[in-house]
Amino acid sequence: MNWFLKLMSSSLGKKYVMALTGLFLCTFLVVHMIGNLQLFKSDNGMAFNLYAVLMTTNPLIKTVSYLLYAFIVLHAIQGIRLVFQNKSSRPVQYAVYDGKSNSSWASRNMGLLGTLLLVFLVVHMSDFWWEYKFGHVPYATYATNIETGEVKFIPAPADYKQFNKIEENVISTADGQYRIVTVKNLYLEVKEGFKAIWLVALYIIAMAAVSFHLFHGFKSAFQTFGLNHSKYNGIINFIGVWGFAIAIPLAFAAMPIYFFINQ
Amino acid sequence: MSEKLLNLTLKVWRQRNSKDKGGFETYAMKGVSTDMSFLEMFDVLNEQLINEGKDPVAFDHDCREGICGMCSMFINGRPHGPKQAVTTCQLHMRSFNDGDTITVEPWRAKPFPVIKDLVVDRSSFDRIISAGGFISVNTGNAQDANAIPISKEDADESFAAAACIGCGACVAACKNASAMLFVSAKVSQLALLPQGQPEREQRVLNMVAQMDSEGFGSCTNTGACSAECPKEISLSNIARMNRDYFGASIAGK
Ligand code: SF4
Ligand code: FES
Repeated sequence: MNWFLKLMSSSLGKKYVMALTGLFLCTFLVVHMIGNLQLFKSDNGMAFNLYAVLMTTNPLIKTVSYLLYAFIVLHAIQGIRLVFQNKSSRPVQYAVYDGKSNSSWASRNMGLLGTLLLVFLVVHMSDFWWEYKFGHVPYATYATNIETGEVKFIPAPADYKQFNKIEENVISTADGQYRIVTVKNLYLEVKEGFKAIWLVALYIIAMAAVSFHLFHGFKSAFQTFGLNHSKYNGIINFIGVWGFAIAIPLAFAAMPIYFFINQ
Repeated sequence: MSEKLLNLTLKVWRQRNSKDKGGFETYAMKGVSTDMSFLEMFDVLNEQLINEGKDPVAFDHDCREGICGMCSMFINGRPHGPKQAVTTCQLHMRSFNDGDTITVEPWRAKPFPVIKDLVVDRSSFDRIISAGGFISVNTGNAQDANAIPISKEDADESFAAAACIGCGACVAACKNASAMLFVSAKVSQLALLPQGQPEREQRVLNMVAQMDSEGFGSCTNTGACSAECPKEISLSNIARMNRDYFGASIAGK
């Protein structure tokens, strides 16, 4: 155990933790982004709401999500500790410091960007995650005609509640058999939430922070793990820049903009 | 390039001793030749100061040919000034323009306390080397140089790492005052050679432990160190040290 504590308390050990948790959060971001693309479907939120049920009921996904929360906390605490420790390594500051000549702005401001993201995460989780789990999200019913595939959307009364996250059954009517599904209408929360311009603005700023944070963070994690080789540095950089610093933040930012424009 | 004469304003950090708070002094320099090195300009300044009966500026220097690593000056926000891959002694005044104001500060890091003016104490680097940056040899006749085969690539990489002159510009440039580039160069030069293998694990563990206890910051991979290093030591050395340290922590004896 001694060797482990020594490793974890060393400057390198702390960085391994940052890199490991950081890369895990990166993979989560990919899943989150792909899942959320269903917000763009014009199906009154059926696909998205069913996806939300899957994410909160599947035992495997639930286990991974607890790991995810733990990693977010670890990444944040460790990051803040490192910022302060690193500051104390230079008690007297330079009068003139020309950082832009030797390093990227993002790489010098990971702490600032991370803090922004932490604030965003609190707002984001209390808006949707907390609301979905503990708040009052109205229910909606989707009735799918089994023969024609046509879907009817029936909002539930405001005071309707059900014990299970999802209620499913099949009924027969004069115009055929219907599969009835009733779930929380998180889609509506999203749609309503992004009518507020300040929230849209906050999301766009936060996605800019994600972009800069991962522009440096993704490739930096590989360097921390000692993975630096001309054989694969190109692909790591490519994924870091085009995937994590450009495509993912753009896709996420498109969601609030989409709802704001289409309100 | 023909010689020109520059008029410059120097803002130099003056600090009597490690206890003194210190502050900037401004000096007007007239007719500085573009052919002078930065240190030669300081020689001229010090002549002036001595003639005026003032205390000359203390600054470190030894070889004045870019190999000893003594000439630590933080010039206009960058270690060793605006040029890449040079030390201060190899920086010439032609890199500046007439009328420039040049700010000169000592390296700033907790493990590099200021002794006087621009001179800092870099013995923390020596203690890191003493912690493991060597090979223990038994006495006896020197072996034939070609007795142990070493691949050309490894020899080249080891040599590139061994070019580190311990100047401390990496620490000075780093926003965290991290010594990762220096330590990784000293770990790598031996890790790449067969002679370095017997003590490889213990070396990296001990040197990192010493680096941490000296109070250097940890690495954010900004790359400022390598960009400012006069010997262009590569970040791949830091990656190697990250690998070695992890391996040695997990599997080391
Ligand atoms: S790594 Fe480069 S900057 Fe750092 S001490 Fe060695 S030569 Fe100087
Ligand atoms: S005085 Fe030796 S490197 Fe500059």
